[in-house]
Amino acid sequence: MRRINVEVITQNIAEMCCEANFNLGKDIIEGLTEALKNEESPVGRDVIQQILNNAEISSRDGVPLCQDTGFAVVFIELGQEVSLVGGDLDEAINKGVREGYHRCYLRKSMVNDPLMRDNTGDNTPAVVHYNIVPGNNIKITFVPKGGGSENMSRIKMLKPTEGESGIIDFVLETVNAAGANACPPVVIGVGIGGTFETCALLAKKALLRPLQQVNSNVYYADLEKRLCMAVNCLGIGPQGFGGRITALAVHIEAAPTHIACLPTAVNLNCHASRHVQRIL
Amino acid sequence: MSGMKVSLPLTEQMIHDLRCGDQLLLSGFLYTARDAAHKRLVESLSKNGKLPVELKGQVIYYAGPTPAPPGRVIGSAGPTTSQRMDSMTIPLLEYGVKGLIGKGSRSEEVKKALVQYKAVYLAATGGAGALLAQRIKSAEIVAYEDLGPEAIYKLEVQEFPVVVINDINGNDLYEAGQKAYKRLI
Ligand code: SF4
Repeated sequence: MRRINVEVITQNIAEMCCEANFNLGKDIIEGLTEALKNEESPVGRDVIQQILNNAEISSRDGVPLCQDTGFAVVFIELGQEVSLVGGDLDEAINKGVREGYHRCYLRKSMVNDPLMRDNTGDNTPAVVHYNIVPGNNIKITFVPKGGGSENMSRIKMLKPTEGESGIIDFVLETVNAAGANACPPVVIGVGIGGTFETCALLAKKALLRPLQQVNSNVYYADLEKRLCMAVNCLGIGPQGFGGRITALAVHIEAAPTHIACLPTAVNLNCHASRHVQRIL
Repeated sequence: MSGMKVSLPLTEQMIHDLRCGDQLLLSGFLYTARDAAHKRLVESLSKNGKLPVELKGQVIYYAGPTPAPPGRVIGSAGPTTSQRMDSMTIPLLEYGVKGLIGKGSRSEEVKKALVQYKAVYLAATGGAGALLAQRIKSAEIVAYEDLGPEAIYKLEVQEFPVVVINDINGNDLYEAGQKAYKRLI
């Protein structure tokens, strides 16, 4: 067994909170640079240029990319040969979030209860997803997820006979209804299959894949391409001002499901698609 | 960033001339207010017709910035989704607010009220909070300090980039823009 003190996790999470909010990923910058070449609308190009300049200012001056520094979503892949010592893992993660959001002057957006709505003051609790995997490492992925694009996300229990075309219609409907609210150009995570709750999680996980990495399944790689083209025919464009580039990419994650079911979830992410990863 | 330089508050003539799709660089004062501040503003108006800060003729910016680190005027300060303010916007337009800045489309009722009360809805780039913060030269809390990031700040801005979404003639850039670029699949 490899022993890891949970304090190490706290420190890493705190640093990752800052890193993710000040640095737009290289894949997104590449995607936006490509989009700038393809966008035909002058105001759309201006918006993309603003977003690229924003990323530069953010990392240079240490100002968060966006004022919505998000839900603190954390994915933990815990190697089954790791023994965690020194305290409670959940508490260690929350402590990291508390420290990171305080240290880097990030916005505290969490309320204690969906109806009472008192701000917890430190952006906890984090939303943590655990996975036990073989090996003796811990992989931590930190994803600050904005409320604007989260609010525009949807899930639908399709009928199996609706198949691929039902999925395409649902994705287009969702992106169209979101319009400018999700801060396009967006990244679209689509979860297909599983149960009601795993489907939503698949959609979120789909957002984590680097933009230029194609789906390892040939069929889904092709569907992603077709979906992205269809979305970019909607005309919504950067910030919804009209244009060619509504989405930078569509990513699909699929999972086995029940003979009676075809759950489909669409998790929208804005261009401020932030995620950082560390392996301990 | 391109755009026509416009000083705040907006003059009647300026509001009259603005058209959906115009890109503007605003200089002058903006007042931030989002969900919680709106709730209080509207309550205050219905109680005695008064507001804790004079917003007649002014422009409201839907924003809840990140905390300002020492030595800085403000943190990241981009727009939030306007839709959440729709149900609380009409009393403010009726009162005399002349401009709103946010992101995303407005309800039919708000669009009608913009025409009726001769006010404009403008959008700033969502997710460009670091860039927009550079255009903010000073920030002062003027009401509801207890609301933290949701307090009302008076911001002095210089060449703050926005796009006109809804003008006083009932045009809407979100509709017109999408129509112009929509393609059949
Ligand atoms: S949707 Fe994203 S870019 Fe837009 S305001 Fe929210 S977090 Fe920021």
